Amino acid sequence: MSVPAELHYTPEHEWVSLEGTSASVGITDYAAQQLGDVVYVSLPALGATVTAGEPCGEVESVKSVSDLYSPVDGEVIEVNAELEDDPSLVNAEPYTAGWMFRVRVVQDGNGDAALPTDLLSAAEYDELTKSAG
Amino acid sequence: MTSFAGWQMPLRYGSETAEHLAVRRAAGLFDLSHMGEITVTGPDAGAALDYALTGQASAVPPGRARYTMICAEDGGVLDDLVVYRQGKQEFLVIANASNTATVFGALTERAADYDVAVVDATQDYALIAVQGPAAAGILAPLAQLEPAGLELGAMKYYAGAFGTVAGRKAWVARTGYTGEDGFEVYCRPQDAEHVWTVLAAGGTASGGTGAGGTGAGGTGAGGTGAGGTGAGGTGAGLVPAGLAARDTLRLEAGMPLYGNELGPDVTPFEAGLGRVVKFDKPGEFVGREALAARASSGPSRHLAGLTIASRRIARHGYPVLADGRTCGTVTSGAPSPTLGVPIAMAYLDRPAASLAGAVLTVGIRGEAVPAHLTDLPFYSRRR
Repeated sequence: MSVPAELHYTPEHEWVSLEGTSASVGITDYAAQQLGDVVYVSLPALGATVTAGEPCGEVESVKSVSDLYSPVDGEVIEVNAELEDDPSLVNAEPYTAGWMFRVRVVQDGNGDAALPTDLLSAAEYDELTKSAG
Repeated sequence: MTSFAGWQMPLRYGSETAEHLAVRRAAGLFDLSHMGEITVTGPDAGAALDYALTGQASAVPPGRARYTMICAEDGGVLDDLVVYRQGKQEFLVIANASNTATVFGALTERAADYDVAVVDATQDYALIAVQGPAAAGILAPLAQLEPAGLELGAMKYYAGAFGTVAGRKAWVARTGYTGEDGFEVYCRPQDAEHVWTVLAAGGTASGGTGAGGTGAGGTGAGGTGAGGTGAGGTGAGLVPAGLAARDTLRLEAGMPLYGNELGPDVTPFEAGLGRVVKFDKPGEFVGREALAARASSGPSRHLAGLTIASRRIARHGYPVLADGRTCGTVTSGAPSPTLGVPIAMAYLDRPAASLAGAVLTVGIRGEAVPAHLTDLPFYSRRR
């Protein structure tokens, strides 16, 4: 199971990476393995406002439906349209081709974009999944 | 792994979709040791089962099997069963794991006035199934059946025989829950790992062509891109398969699952399985009166097949609507790897024929998703 060191994570098994003011979001390899084959992904609409810790979509697998939580506050500027035709990308390449949406993150008073401070590091997330068995 | 009826069961080994397709195209290897095995033996075994079940066990010849049900007095289904007649006075009743205690209790009670022994032998059996068009080719070289010379490939569907598999004692039956040809191997728990390992090796070794003379092994080997995913198997393309694949396989085959399509609040007639109720058998049986009334009044609900015009899954408990009005409830739903669309079974409050022309939808978490009535089963293997 892979947990790339350069990404940030939520306890709900999303990953996020920040480039400039754009945060890319997906679900982790661990989540994809737990869900099994993903058959449908419901993503937030372009332009929608998402809030950290709030549900903004659904990930449906053969056996279950799970809420997708946004790890960040901001406006949705891009969604991965490929997942509509091939949701199995989430299982095959959760951190690359299986990305889900991009958010323009809210900037602080200095005009700097930053991720919420309560996100987990790769090491912390790895620990979390191991303790979950 | 998942907890199921007190057992730790494999939900999937890799991709459940790949496992499903491997069973359709080549073969899958299932550990079904959670299933309940109840032996019913003695001079009155046939008569006791005739009284206890909806079917006529006494009419089943030794070496053959029947799909049947055990009902309550009110006709509600307590479980659906496979009954093997292993000898003149020996029957093996297979119950669902979650119902084994119920079935054992009911059989014990119903057999009280008969000269028969009812034993819950679940802990004495492991169950390993090989299912798929390549199953006979994989199992044949590893199985010796009694009487000596009985060829596995010549065994009829819904038949069984004692013998050995991978050198270990077993009851081998041509039964299953996938809609494919296949076999179920009932062996001793202490032999299960060996049997599994040898079958897995035999099914993935190159050149698993049909010692059974069926040629099925060869066919499987040709057609399995999917087989390779799970076990890296070339050869006959056998992959280990879990409960998730088992569920989608049985759903495509239109087979009911207890707790979804079957339960104490439905009779076999609602499920479209009235044929399992043998009113013409001699003697009384539990539930006869209520079942006869239901047979003459017609079912109050009708099990129907749906295909869903979306990628979303119509899951257990979701409402089915006709022209916007609720007309039933989904009992099982899943993506169909064979058909490439989501499918579902649902109980509808009127016959499917009367819904021709109606716009059917399923309420999927607040969204009305179009659905189409589809004849069951969704999938039938070529014979």
